[in-house]
Amino acid sequence: MSEKTLNLTLKIWRQKNKETRGSFETYPISGISTDMSFLEMVDVLNEKLITDGKEPVAFDHDCREGICGMCSMYINGRPHGPKHGVTTCQLHMRSFKEGETIVIEPWRASAFPVLKDLVVDRSSFDRIMAAGGFISVNTGNAQDANSLPIGKDDADESFSSAACIGCGACVAACKNASAMLFVAAKVSQYALLPQGQPERSTRVLKMVAQMEQEGFGSCTNTGACEAECPKGISLSNIARLNREYISASASSK
Amino acid sequence: MSQVLDSKIPEGALAEKWTKYKSSVALVNPANKRNLEIIVVGSGLAGSSAASTLAEMGYKVKVFCFQDSARRAHSIAAQGGINAAKNYQNDGDSVYRLFYDTIKGGDYRAREANVHRLAEVSGNIIDQSVASGVPFAREYGGLLSNRSFGGTQVQRTFYAAGQTGQQLLLGAYSSLQRQVGMGTVKMYARHEMLDIVNIDGKCRGIIARDLVTGKLERHFGHAVLLCTGGYGNVFYLSTNAMGSNVTAAWKAHKKGAFFGNPCFTQIHPTCIPVSGDHQSKLTLMSESLRNDGRIWTPKAKDDKRKGNEIPEEERDYYLERRYPAFGNLVPRDVASRAAKERCDAGYGVGTSKMAVYLDFSTNIKRYGTVEATKNNLTNADEATIIKLGKEVVKEKYGNLFDMYKQITDENPYEVPMRIYPAVHYTMGGLWVDYNLMTTVPGLYALGEANFSDHGANRLGASALMQGLADGYFVIPYTIGAYLSKEISVKAISTEHEAFVEAEQKAAEVLNTLMNIKGTKSVDHFHKRLGKIMWEQCGMARNAIGLKEAIAEIRALRAEFWKDVKIPGTLNEMNLELEKAGRVADFIELGELMCIDALNRNESCGGHFREEYQTEEGEANRDDVNYAYVAAWEHKGGDNTFELHKENLVYENIKIAARSYK
Repeated sequence: MSEKTLNLTLKIWRQKNKETRGSFETYPISGISTDMSFLEMVDVLNEKLITDGKEPVAFDHDCREGICGMCSMYINGRPHGPKHGVTTCQLHMRSFKEGETIVIEPWRASAFPVLKDLVVDRSSFDRIMAAGGFISVNTGNAQDANSLPIGKDDADESFSSAACIGCGACVAACKNASAMLFVAAKVSQYALLPQGQPERSTRVLKMVAQMEQEGFGSCTNTGACEAECPKGISLSNIARLNREYISASASSK
Repeated sequence: MSQVLDSKIPEGALAEKWTKYKSSVALVNPANKRNLEIIVVGSGLAGSSAASTLAEMGYKVKVFCFQDSARRAHSIAAQGGINAAKNYQNDGDSVYRLFYDTIKGGDYRAREANVHRLAEVSGNIIDQSVASGVPFAREYGGLLSNRSFGGTQVQRTFYAAGQTGQQLLLGAYSSLQRQVGMGTVKMYARHEMLDIVNIDGKCRGIIARDLVTGKLERHFGHAVLLCTGGYGNVFYLSTNAMGSNVTAAWKAHKKGAFFGNPCFTQIHPTCIPVSGDHQSKLTLMSESLRNDGRIWTPKAKDDKRKGNEIPEEERDYYLERRYPAFGNLVPRDVASRAAKERCDAGYGVGTSKMAVYLDFSTNIKRYGTVEATKNNLTNADEATIIKLGKEVVKEKYGNLFDMYKQITDENPYEVPMRIYPAVHYTMGGLWVDYNLMTTVPGLYALGEANFSDHGANRLGASALMQGLADGYFVIPYTIGAYLSKEISVKAISTEHEAFVEAEQKAAEVLNTLMNIKGTKSVDHFHKRLGKIMWEQCGMARNAIGLKEAIAEIRALRAEFWKDVKIPGTLNEMNLELEKAGRVADFIELGELMCIDALNRNESCGGHFREEYQTEEGEANRDDVNYAYVAAWEHKGGDNTFELHKENLVYENIKIAARSYK
């Protein structure tokens, strides 16, 4: 461990609530240990703001181990900051340089309205899930788990898609604020499994319809979503979503 | 058993209780279900599975969670797996064995009938999860894969890489969202429960705060289910999520729900150590690493050399030395205490000296040698062997090694990992009967929020099992016993004086907090509470320390209510105010935990009282005087409590001492 301390300038988006216009505020901060996580650095700032009688910066976070998907933050123009394949809670200050200015914004997308400072409303994702992101099986109906063998390759690929944490970095990274990678991951997870077959067509149609209704943009295949996804969800999921959607549209009654 | 505690365990032979109960419990007909409303607080495994299942059955359900989506609940972070007595490996597993392992693992402080039921429904959980699309790990033949976990001799753990909790929660969340889409569940995300509402001795609803607008809301339910998880964050630093809290359970406790075994806490032995005062939470390194990692400290005190520079003969593999039979694979409570003992004695490593090494070098060489042989490299040099060995270790634990490197900036393939125990899970919780009902009629507690199944120590991969068992397969039956008698009760207006009064009280507390306008932040108090709890009510406890802690916590509580500083206002999103309410409750709970630990004059499972140990320093259980559940009643006033006892009767298992030597 080679602990050092950093002096930094933070430019942070402050916004009182959904109705008010926001703006950037600048905060100098010093003595930041390189062993801190990014969120712990913001904790330090907040502690200082509270001591100074100011309002701390509101931000979403919970598990702080990269799995709940709650932390967001658009850092120096990138969702979850400069490091590849990590959430903000897993980003450490050793990824920054002495004297650096760090710009921190909320996710920017009309389907993710800002609630306060860096906190956004991602309930649009929940509504997409409620539209079709499930298998219709009531509790108690299941047969023995091993009565349905599933090839390891399909099971593994389905798992890779299911690894999505629903953080919304894909939307934040996309110039069109498209939610295609999020929807594609869920559609793929079920399309690859035998349990998902009965509702395969209706699922993709309903989820895509809800996605459009929520105001997410279209996909233009720039691949920014895949590049910024902290869980490495592949663009090939979007290719599958397109195939599923075309096939379902062609066969829909 | 105390006069006031009726555990309602059904009559009959252990293996037949649940079957008979299910066939005889009162039912609610579908038309009546449509008029019965159920409130579920918390959306983790227990909450999501209960809510979706009850909605499928026809009940009207409301779900509350403080996170921005039901999918964020901390069940999501569980790594290792979920146990089930499927016996798919043909290695002799059975419902009885899972039942037995769980009772023994809990150091004989859990209730037989509940644990047997848990084991009985464990297989159904796997079936249900697979049916709802959970992508468990599979073998090439397409069937489900299993692995072993601590405290058992069979392979009964189902898993999805290191993300089993995530996949199970997303499965339950999907089912929940399906019901939300159908309008049978109304979801209230970013809402926090601030009190329960009792009318004529029954729980009839909750007061919740909308965390975006700050407004208080009243919600009616014929029954209320608390699925609000554990309270490990009372220690400030734990592997829990930042928001995990005791508030819902504590408010219920103050309105009549007894708290069971509050001092039973699980300290997990292999976590990444604290790196500084800025630390906000601790990260677990999976128990599976102890299969191939050897734990040691230097033989000399205050050894300044790097781990990999200390020669073999100057290392003390203290677990292998103290427990030759189990070595590095002793249970969690034993491994944690041994690490603390070494560090307290001055043999700790790293800058803080509060860490021990978890070292893979021996097994890297062993694997490398095997690989070299397999590849016909008869004269492989050491560098080649190490290279081959590292590849094997990477295949098995690569993601964990990456996570370690990300956090510590050290490469565990080259230098040994530094680890230290951390608070992970709380076995204690609200006391519930066989129906999962608390001592308040109509108020239930499920999952980690209740005390029921893990005794004094939980086995790995059993938390996920219990959460889903309670939600998918237990509460849908047991709630009928209560609601079948409530069918004539019309929805009570939230203008009822009990709702008005509960809301006023909640508002008063919030107002009081905002008006303190003191000088110290909420985190300041939380950190101080955590330090007291960790030092006096952590891995080792004694009467003197606990008495000191009680006095210190009382003083801290007084100071908190005089000097806490909360910026912002009431009617807006105010994260500091949210934290303040939670910390206020943690402070009160902390005192009860110490009282409970002081009362229990024995050592069992995660509860180690230094006065009660064998000559070899092992836990000394007292089955004559302490084979009971301590269920505490809140007596109001200045945080006073009365103890009630539920005696634990073992009709099917012979109580024995645990030894790992």
